[in-house]
Amino acid sequence: MEYMIRFTQIHEKFRLAEIEALAVLEGLNLEILSYKPDSPFCLVKLQSSDDAIKLIRRSILAKAIYELWGRGSTYEELHEDVRRRSEHLWPLYKSSSFKFSVDAFQGTRSSSEQRELINAFRFLAFEGPIKMKGAEQEFCISEEWVFNSSKQGIVVPHSVYLGRFLHVSERDVIGKYDLKKRKYISTTSMDSELALITANITLAAPGKLFYDPFVGTGSFPVACAHFGALAFGSDIDGRSIRGKGKTNLLANFVQYGLTNQFGDTFVADLTNTPLRVNRLFDGIVCDPPYGVREGLKVLGHRDPTKGKTPVFKDGIAHHLEPGFIPPKKPYSFLAMLDDILEFASISLVDNGRLSFWMPTANDTDQEIKIPQHPYLEITSVCTQEFNQWSRRLITYRRLPDSELGAGGVREQRVKEIGVSADDLNPFRKGYFQGFKKATKSDTAA
Amino acid sequence: MKLLTLNFLTCAVKTCKSSSASFPLHPKNCELVSDTLAPNPKLLANILPRLDWAALSTIALELNLPTLPENAPSPESLAENEQLTKDLHSLLLETQISEGALVCANCGHEYAIKEGIANFLLPNHLV
Repeated sequence: MEYMIRFTQIHEKFRLAEIEALAVLEGLNLEILSYKPDSPFCLVKLQSSDDAIKLIRRSILAKAIYELWGRGSTYEELHEDVRRRSEHLWPLYKSSSFKFSVDAFQGTRSSSEQRELINAFRFLAFEGPIKMKGAEQEFCISEEWVFNSSKQGIVVPHSVYLGRFLHVSERDVIGKYDLKKRKYISTTSMDSELALITANITLAAPGKLFYDPFVGTGSFPVACAHFGALAFGSDIDGRSIRGKGKTNLLANFVQYGLTNQFGDTFVADLTNTPLRVNRLFDGIVCDPPYGVREGLKVLGHRDPTKGKTPVFKDGIAHHLEPGFIPPKKPYSFLAMLDDILEFASISLVDNGRLSFWMPTANDTDQEIKIPQHPYLEITSVCTQEFNQWSRRLITYRRLPDSELGAGGVREQRVKEIGVSADDLNPFRKGYFQGFKKATKSDTAA
Repeated sequence: MKLLTLNFLTCAVKTCKSSSASFPLHPKNCELVSDTLAPNPKLLANILPRLDWAALSTIALELNLPTLPENAPSPESLAENEQLTKDLHSLLLETQISEGALVCANCGHEYAIKEGIANFLLPNHLV
């Protein structure tokens, strides 16, 4: 059976990844029949209306799903197609209360125009009452217009559809989790819409264990908890977890009534993790520091010759004093990505998912390649474009042990020699230099 | 810190990882609190194979909590055993260490827990 997804036209590059992930999560047979990045209408094939409802009900980028009753490039074609496709269904709804609406994308229809379009469907011969609120069946006439039609003198849409409304998505929940209303945020808190999309793409669900090793103020754990997972997080900076007084990471879970889904938070460095080496997690979700605002750091003194013996003051070990803050040194972002992949490959269950965000510059000279690991298969790459740079959400699936090929030697990344944050992070360097290409004078210097 | 989480943690010092004495970490001077969480049998069933049952029993003993059966139940027997399900739920998810320390039996290093949040940051000489 064919269905139509009505997407929103934001974060277009994430839409298919999200809907395909939801199909995997619900175990549905999904076939994409037609999808275009500049269109909000996507036709799909599913086995039943129940499947269609399951597909859409957790989606953040879809708005609704409809049973497709017809499509065409003109209303004549549409009416013919409706007869061909759905005539056998009309008797089912003969006495239902019903309502019609018009959804014109990149176009407008006055109320009288809308009434005309709706009345043209009289041939459906529905006899039930028309109810604007609480109708048993809702039908939507969808129109797709060329961008800037009125300026170009175009007076008709190029595609039209008729759909029977099945179910709404969960898009409205992004308001509930809006950072503007959240009790505890920081400059690094991830946008609630993107955090929820990430949680969907990483397959967060009830009964699962999810972990964010760069938890900050907990945006990802909150999103994963919303979908029912038990969420864990750690950060090298204890202050971001502890906050001040009652304003802390846990307060967000209390605010949203998600304390049942709160696992734990602790202070740790991913490169010196206290987690035991075992397939513990169903999902790992993070937005690692890019080294720009937060300064990517790991444990250890930046001077490799310094302090490999404990310091004692008046017989008391300095590092055992309460309030001791261990030294940290800058670390390469690229090395951290490799560490994340390595950690995921040993900590995820079979078919578990890893998602992280990484920056890239629009300028291909400065593009950071997507890291690879023989145990992890890339399932999606979605890009959010800003002005001078973009960031990508990369998602991997931990291949089941049975699927791992023989061989596949991991290319050992040469340990970066630089000491300063600038040396270790080409993206950071580029960001602060405004992504300027090297000029002749630079290379001569 | 939930006792479930404790079951996942070892000493953070890399050289300790090869020693079996580094897991589990041993509670020292710990204050326990108990929360009430909605029952979640799906979660327990999912967690069961990931638990180190021997370590869990050791910790239950050290904290003077009710003893567990000697062997981990199978998922089927757990699903049938309402009492064991309740006990595991209470032990793993509702029992928490709010203050205290976790000690590595291999190197003796102690990790402090304050307001339920444990600190696993290492001084330079242990990295």
